[in-house]
Amino acid sequence: MIEAVGLTKSYGKTLAVDNLSFSVPTGRVTGFLGPNGAGKSTTMRMILGLDTPTGGSALIDGKRYRDLHQPLRTVGALLDAKWVHPNRSARAHLQWLARSNKLPAKRVDEVLEIVGLTAVAGKRAGGFSLGMSQRLGIAAALLGDPQVLLFDEPVNGLDPEGILWIRKFMHRLAEEGRTVFVSSHLLSEMALTAQELVVIGRGKLISQSSTEDFVAQATENTVLVRGPQLGHLRTALGQAGASVRDEGAGLVVSGMDCADIGELAARTQTVLHELSPQRGSLEEAFMQLTGDSVEYHTEIADAPTPATLVPAGK
Amino acid sequence: MTTLLATERIKLFTTRSPWWSAFLALGLTIGFAALVGLNHNGGPLTVEHSQFGMQFGLMVVSVMAALAITTEYRFATIRATFQAVPKRTSVLVAKTAVVAVLAAVIGEVAAFGSWVTTYAIDGGPEMAITTGADWRMVAGVGLVYAIASVISVAVGTLVRQSAGAISILLIWPLLVENLVQLIPGIGDDIHDWMPFTVAGRFLNGTGPDAPMGPWASLAYFAGVAAVLLVASLVVANKRDA
Amino acid sequence: MTLLAVERIKLFTTRSPWWCTLIALVLTIGFGALMAGTSDEAIAPLNVAATQFGYGFGLVVVMVMATLAITTEYRFSTIRATFLAVPNRPSTLVAKATVVAVLAAVVGEIAAFGSWGIAGAIKPNVDLAINTAYEWRAVAGVGLVYALSAVVAVAVGVLIRHSAGAIAVLLIWNQLVEPLVQLIPRVGDDIHKWMPFNIANKLVTGNPDPTTRDVLQGPPPSDAVLGPWPAIGVFAAFAAVLLGIAIVVANRRDA
Ligand SMILES: Nc1ncnc2c1ncn2[C@@H]1O[C@H](COP(=O)(O)OP(=O)(O)OP(=O)(O)O)[C@@H](O)[C@H]1O
Ligand SMILES: [Mg+2]
Repeated sequence: MIEAVGLTKSYGKTLAVDNLSFSVPTGRVTGFLGPNGAGKSTTMRMILGLDTPTGGSALIDGKRYRDLHQPLRTVGALLDAKWVHPNRSARAHLQWLARSNKLPAKRVDEVLEIVGLTAVAGKRAGGFSLGMSQRLGIAAALLGDPQVLLFDEPVNGLDPEGILWIRKFMHRLAEEGRTVFVSSHLLSEMALTAQELVVIGRGKLISQSSTEDFVAQATENTVLVRGPQLGHLRTALGQAGASVRDEGAGLVVSGMDCADIGELAARTQTVLHELSPQRGSLEEAFMQLTGDSVEYHTEIADAPTPATLVPAGK
Repeated sequence: MTTLLATERIKLFTTRSPWWSAFLALGLTIGFAALVGLNHNGGPLTVEHSQFGMQFGLMVVSVMAALAITTEYRFATIRATFQAVPKRTSVLVAKTAVVAVLAAVIGEVAAFGSWVTTYAIDGGPEMAITTGADWRMVAGVGLVYAIASVISVAVGTLVRQSAGAISILLIWPLLVENLVQLIPGIGDDIHDWMPFTVAGRFLNGTGPDAPMGPWASLAYFAGVAAVLLVASLVVANKRDA
Repeated sequence: MTLLAVERIKLFTTRSPWWCTLIALVLTIGFGALMAGTSDEAIAPLNVAATQFGYGFGLVVVMVMATLAITTEYRFSTIRATFLAVPNRPSTLVAKATVVAVLAAVVGEIAAFGSWGIAGAIKPNVDLAINTAYEWRAVAGVGLVYALSAVVAVAVGVLIRHSAGAIAVLLIWNQLVEPLVQLIPRVGDDIHKWMPFNIANKLVTGNPDPTTRDVLQGPPPSDAVLGPWPAIGVFAAFAAVLLGIAIVVANRRDA
């Protein structure tokens, strides 16, 4: 359980994190979502006692990170896979970490095995590919078999196989009853990975809810109707209080579900070629909620809309 | 070439270390000139007094010049550079030229700034820049800084690491050149041919047993820089970026 | 104890300490050999102090090694990994300073006795027996000066956090500021007497009886007014204060 209360951080004039309060529950994967520069990494550094908050506090199981005894046994973190000396071997990197928290030396080989780096354990970490570095970072996070895990953008730059591996891995960690807190600016990824979402923009909390609720709240659910003659149906829908707009040859109906529309179509004797519910995409929800708080806007109008996504949910 | 020079100028001045270095070099040289001027007693202040801080500025400029290239290696911008302009020799020569010009400007401002400072404190006739030796002592500082910066860029290119390059560039003139002198028998002869010692003779006069006159000394110093620069160009061209 | 082991692993699983150790030993012992080989009995006979000519070389290389031990942690952000594993920053930094100082001391002793030994091997007929307290300090004292200088270097590294900056400050201070300060008219000599590295040198070069000590016989003598042992005490205090400041700063600062 991680709890942030009124967390605030300013760097000179920049207010990176602004009075942020949220909690991360046990046994779930909680996504930490926000556009670039929203303050996700800063928040994670404050949770981990690396940066001192300007105000507020972050507690892990009721304690500040810097008060934890042998913290690697309680919290594992991967903030940046590059936090390794390039000339040190993967094994040496894990060895000094293990030693610092009095973890048995054989634990090093165990975690190397878990992340699949056993074969290259003696190689210098500077020569690792991004995916290997990321695995080494995860090995370091798992070293103390911690109950709480924090990952900052763990899939950044990984290939599909790597992404899938990490996603499954996090689900497994949560199923084992651990607290998993993962940040990302990629909604599509979070939709598949996270069950809970903490969404921030410009350092402020936008919402905390389950991923499903987040999508449901933020997007309107619509139904696409297509057919050769939709005139009567259109009038009837309007009378029934649904709102209708044209899309190509079809209609997009909101405020009425498929069953009701189908019955209305039967009553007006309309031939239908398609009657399909449109799920709101996470991207849309995200843009809607964080739209005002994106720090760096791009000037591309009509950006292609990403594919519709189904939330992971449990 | 003008494009390359402009590119390198932009790269140099959009990072902070040249500004810091210029600031430090000027602060140290002019500050020491003031310190010496104010504490001086017995005999008039001379031009030589004003240039007391020359070596501080020289070391700072050497560090700045080395960083100009080693930070490129550190942040792998050297790859972006070689990608944009695959002619590595031209790129490195342009960089060296830009750094050398900056070093020369810092040197001249430092030298004349120091001179003006001591002159303002106590400007007697001994402070006037009249002889050729006086001119070399003050106006020559820019030349020495520029050549030294070429050596730094060359060493930086060869070593590619800030820490290593800077250690070499500081330990060499400050320690190696002084200590060889102490070797019994041959020490003095070796010392006479040490590049920074020779450069110092260009500025401060050659003395009775110097092997070369002032301008020949400067040419020798420049020759050392040229050899190192060529060596670094050859290596940079052969090596993977 | 755990922290010392951690810092030891960290130090010896990178390459720079090995390189620096090698360079320091080659330079000091090489210089000792050079002095011995070129010494001329007629002009200035070799003595124990003269075998330690490379002392200054070793010192700067050791300081570079000590600086890199901490600045590379900042450069590669392993300092953050360290503070995640051990959030108690003061003990971590004290442990690092200790490990680095011990290595510096070992390098210093090997360098000093190595130089002395090689000189003895080259000139077996010259009496190089270490008898007096001065001769003992001149050789065995090297390790102590290196160790304390390494602590100074770690502190400066913590404060500046960049290899280039920290090395430049240390080398320019040690090799340029201290000797040049002396040349400032009127006040220069008095300032120089209290410069930290000049004080530290007193342990190695300070002879209770300066008349028996030729400048050519060993590294340039220190003009510190303190006796050799009080001098090294002052230098130790200086190192401790710098380290203390560095720890306070590191503890307050974002990692
Ligand atoms: N050390 C620092 N000094 C000054 N400003 C900083 C520092 N760290 C972060 N910031 C600023 O704080 C804000 C939040 O940055 P942060 O890195 O936490 O964002 P983020 O949500 O992790 O973004 P991204 O998705 O790009 O990783 C940004 O405006 C950033 O410029
Ligand atoms: Mg981030």
